[in-house]
Amino acid sequence: MTTADVIVVGAGPAGSAAALTAARAGKRVVLVERGPFPGSKNMYGGVIYGRVLDDLVPEWYREAPIQRWVTRRQTMIMTGTQALTVDYRTEAWGEEPYNGATAYRPDFDSWLADKAVDAGAELVCSTTVTGLLSEGGQVVGVRTDRPDGELTAPVVIAADGVNSFLAKEAGLYGEVDAANYTLGVKETIALPREVIDERFGVRGDHGVDIEIIGCTGDVPGGGFVYTNRDTIAVGLVLSLPSLAKGDVRPEKILADLKAHPAVAPLVEGGEVKEYSAHVIPEAGYDMMPEIVGNGILVTGDAAAMCLAAGIWLEGVNFAIGSGAAAGRAAAKAVDQGDASATGLSGYRSRLESSFVMQDHRRLREAPHLVMGDLAQKYLPAVACGVVEQVFQVDNPNPKPRLRKIVRSEMRRNGLRIRDAARDGWRALRTFG
Amino acid sequence: MAAHTPNPYPEISFEARMNSAEFRVHSDAHITLDDTHCRDCTVRGCITACPADLFVPTSDGGIVFNYEQCFECGTCYLVCNEEGAITWTYPEGGHGVVFHNS
Ligand SMILES: Cc1cc2nc3c(=O)[nH]c(=O)nc-3n(C[C@H](O)[C@H](O)[C@H](O)COP(=O)(O)OP(=O)(O)OC[C@H]3O[C@@H](n4cnc5c(N)ncnc54)[C@H](O)[C@@H]3O)c2cc1C
Ligand code: SF4
Ligand code: SF4
Repeated sequence: MTTADVIVVGAGPAGSAAALTAARAGKRVVLVERGPFPGSKNMYGGVIYGRVLDDLVPEWYREAPIQRWVTRRQTMIMTGTQALTVDYRTEAWGEEPYNGATAYRPDFDSWLADKAVDAGAELVCSTTVTGLLSEGGQVVGVRTDRPDGELTAPVVIAADGVNSFLAKEAGLYGEVDAANYTLGVKETIALPREVIDERFGVRGDHGVDIEIIGCTGDVPGGGFVYTNRDTIAVGLVLSLPSLAKGDVRPEKILADLKAHPAVAPLVEGGEVKEYSAHVIPEAGYDMMPEIVGNGILVTGDAAAMCLAAGIWLEGVNFAIGSGAAAGRAAAKAVDQGDASATGLSGYRSRLESSFVMQDHRRLREAPHLVMGDLAQKYLPAVACGVVEQVFQVDNPNPKPRLRKIVRSEMRRNGLRIRDAARDGWRALRTFG
Repeated sequence: MAAHTPNPYPEISFEARMNSAEFRVHSDAHITLDDTHCRDCTVRGCITACPADLFVPTSDGGIVFNYEQCFECGTCYLVCNEEGAITWTYPEGGHGVVFHNS
């Protein structure tokens, strides 16, 4: 007698979405989470793009535990002393159907897991899955750290996040390379709501999302500042191999970011409420494992379905999209009595025809470009240098021509036109 | 970022920052270190990369490791360059780090 039709490991957004769709399809679902409650182990930058929830939880925006609606987005390109900001705002994002929202993961993940429970899934927290049960090359369940803690089911969905020991145990990952990962560190900083409204120029439940390039010194990466109701999140994304090689610790780079003239006035006087860290599967498409095995599906960060590319830092939406597809494919395989890789292959085709694989495939070069020298080293210095010269008034000297300024800034920063053109062309092909 | 940027606001101590997160410590260590491997290690990436600063070099070339305030992020095993130095698992269910505002 099996415990369930589908066992989902991990109650992050991927796992809860998988449990939700499988339970709605009438399957017996067990959702196992190692934390004391869903989201207790999870941290991120802070913005959820909820459109993907439209068909899972209609009118989710009326009830999801959101902090603020993002109505202002900025990209900040900085050097140690300068900052060039693209600032976009629209009231439309603060109205139905909404775009991005800031939220705390312990709140959001718990809320989404409750939706799965409402649909009939059984949520088991404080339980760590320690391994897979297999029979003749077919996954048939999981082992947990509970006494007599074996759970059996024809389909196991690995939604166990970036380190996915289950996908590795199932042999679905090739070699694991630290270069494909970044470390995220973040401080949640408490400030009175009115102070946040004033400093960030927003009102009511509107908020700001700032992505930063060039704030990580010699370590490739990026940064962010997001507003919650009465806290702000300030954090960094840092390349693992450089962090391991260098002699600078993450909290030092974070302290430098907070002291930067463009950021310091935003965080001034705030008190650190929570410090947190988590790893990100940075390389997206190029590091994805096999996502379908015999009796097992891999979803969300466990399958590297996270898009970390400068102007984008998204994973919750991809996790929900892929998790929902995994739950549907699992239910179908159970109905048809075939949980082999062939029986489960509907998962892959569902993803191929959705934004999950389409975005990842099209943007497969984006993480490499964003972590490369052009974006990390040259772009911030050259862009800030050019703008400084353009905005500076040097009377009685006549105004220099823009072309001349660009050339001289490129030369000054050691950027060759040939290299800039090559990377610029790659960027155009990727983003264009 | 330029090191010459003066920090106009007092930085909180590392200890205070770490104490801002909740850790439900289990009596068994979920990560263990066999630091005999560390003596041959040229990279020693764990020391700078661990966001919780849990790897501390000793004067005789070894490493002292503490599991209590671990974020369970995985950085250490990903950057470690000596097979067998780090044995890595998640803590027993319900234990370890618990985030509330992240
Ligand atoms: C610093 C940082 C900033 C980010 N910013 C953003 C952002 O602003 N917007 C965005 O959309 N995305 C962002 N992301 C990415 C996003 O957090 C992830 O893509 C997303 O959380 C993936 O969801 P998931 O459900 O696949 O995995 P997770 O959210 O990691 O969930 C995995 C779950 O599985 C559980 N688990 C793991 N192993 C076991 C086990 N053995 N037994 C039982 N349970 C287990 C964990 O406790 C966890 O609850 C960011 C990530 C980081 C680190
Ligand atoms: S898992 Fe992360 S926080 Fe824990 S010891 Fe390793 S690097 Fe440090
Ligand atoms: S990287 Fe690994 S082997 Fe090297 S010092 Fe750190 S724990 Fe030891």
